[in-house]
Amino acid sequence: MSLETQASIGQEIASLRDPGLDAREKTFIERVFANQAFWVTIALVVMCGVMSYWQPVFATEDNFFNITRNFAFIGVMALGMTPVIITGGIDLSVGSTMGLVAIVCGLVLLKQPIHYMPGWWNAAAWTHSWWMALMLGLTAGAIVGWVNGVLIAYVGLPPFVVTLGMLSAVRSLAVVLSENRMLYDFNPNQAATFKQIGGGENFGFALPGGLRLSNPFLILVILTLALGLVLKMSSWGRHVFAIGGNEQAANLTGVPVRRVKVQAYVLCSLSAALAAILSVGWSGSANNSLGQSYELLAIASAVIGGANLMGGEGTAYGAFIGSALIFVIRNSLLMAGVDSNWQGLFVGAFIVLAVVLEKVRGRRRE
Amino acid sequence: MPVLELQGISKHFGAIHALTEVDMLLEPGEALGVMGDNGAGKSTLVKIIAGNFPPTGGEIRIEGQSVHFSKPVEAREKGIEIVYQDLALCDNLSAADNVFLGREIKSGIGPIRWLNHAAMVKRAGELFSELKSETRPRHLVRQMSGGQRQAVAIARTRLSNPKIVLMDEPTAAISVRQVAEVLDLIRRLRDHGIGVVLISHRMPDVFAVCDRVMVMRRGRKVADKMIKDSSPEEVTGLITGAIHVA
Repeated sequence: MSLETQASIGQEIASLRDPGLDAREKTFIERVFANQAFWVTIALVVMCGVMSYWQPVFATEDNFFNITRNFAFIGVMALGMTPVIITGGIDLSVGSTMGLVAIVCGLVLLKQPIHYMPGWWNAAAWTHSWWMALMLGLTAGAIVGWVNGVLIAYVGLPPFVVTLGMLSAVRSLAVVLSENRMLYDFNPNQAATFKQIGGGENFGFALPGGLRLSNPFLILVILTLALGLVLKMSSWGRHVFAIGGNEQAANLTGVPVRRVKVQAYVLCSLSAALAAILSVGWSGSANNSLGQSYELLAIASAVIGGANLMGGEGTAYGAFIGSALIFVIRNSLLMAGVDSNWQGLFVGAFIVLAVVLEKVRGRRRE
Repeated sequence: MPVLELQGISKHFGAIHALTEVDMLLEPGEALGVMGDNGAGKSTLVKIIAGNFPPTGGEIRIEGQSVHFSKPVEAREKGIEIVYQDLALCDNLSAADNVFLGREIKSGIGPIRWLNHAAMVKRAGELFSELKSETRPRHLVRQMSGGQRQAVAIARTRLSNPKIVLMDEPTAAISVRQVAEVLDLIRRLRDHGIGVVLISHRMPDVFAVCDRVMVMRRGRKVADKMIKDSSPEEVTGLITGAIHVA
């Protein structure tokens, strides 16, 4: 065989392996089918259909109101978790952050003086207002996220270890600050406004047709849209994806990698703080055990929705739909009369299934 | 006037002398091949020009002006662009996103700014066709061939109208057919009046596109000759040390 024929056979083989350029430009339909969040949405719709047929109680307005509110707390955290996962990181401390923020809010709203605070703090009125609770709660969350981010981005410690340490430290702080009490004896005027934030519905408006949507769910919807826009349309979003794709490349091309990472962790902790504020408002009490093991649910939601724990992939809608699926599974199992202790098994199976799906898609892509 | 001038550049890492008294000249529109065995100091030299770290001694001049870089962004501001050996691309982003990474085109009203995807795709498409590459701006880099990835990395250097493009082993990890594509890209940069520094192990590449070749051995420059006055045999001898000085 002459060299020339060898070369042309080689080229043909190469072109077989490397199909025409246009074949790689995916159509809209193909892109939808390749999208994990799309399949999760289908699974969710099917599950809701089956449940409505089988258990008419499932399709009631009340149950819809409850499910959407229940998954909103985890949904908000999953949204915050998403940029962190896209950068290739993880935040295990969000559950504990919820506990700390709940206690901070509870202490501000508490009727009784706090013995370890100075006299002027206990005497003043503004230090016990609903907005003070809100501000201090968010500040506490931001500080946790900032410490996480600085240790990870500037000191260069692995995210898993830093946030695992924070999980323990922050929970302990919550127990110490609360002196291991549950806080519920709130200053009635201020607490009423605070409870309205997390416990109210329709943001206080009347919706046509008597539709009822909880405030936490509405906030989740707004934040999903906002995060979706930020990830798609801002250079910050682009940089988050770039860091997850190739951190060194991002650095070399002038992306402020460390700053973006810190911002991602602050955002993540802020989302946990917001979830805690909504939760305290809804339940009317602050418990230092709030959010225990929620970090796993938040991470699971994002992963089920298509976020890749190796970094570089994830969407706001995925976090939303992932958390919805987890809570519909839980709700369905309860209604089906399955012992609630089995829930973890089903949720766990779905997490593994989601990652298997991701692997299969990844192999097809190569 | 030379676009880039190095004078007596040295770099020590502790007791290791990575570079000793290296001089270098680069004219606009000239392609200079830098050759040498592993550890000869080629990459160190590129990293100093690119601003990754400062030299221990010596002077760098760009268009006659003395410069000091402490980070890569400063070198870029002076018109130096680098195509890294590992290409520094994000697999999960599209070609256009990679080209504009870190300097995105934005539009907006007042302080609210958002990415202008359409403008970036259009400009990236123009750059690819300027480079006569069939790379598509919307394709994910993950799905691209080595030659197309090179085109993305090179298109990135064209964004800012650079004076100098440094290429560190651009043909190291790609197939024979794609090498020809990359060499064409280098010729086109040169034709645009850009000074190109090509760091390479591959003798045929250097002899195909470069005007001049500089050979390094153990951190020192041992030869600097016009390609037409040299031969692959001579350069091989200089690299291995069989010939001492040309």
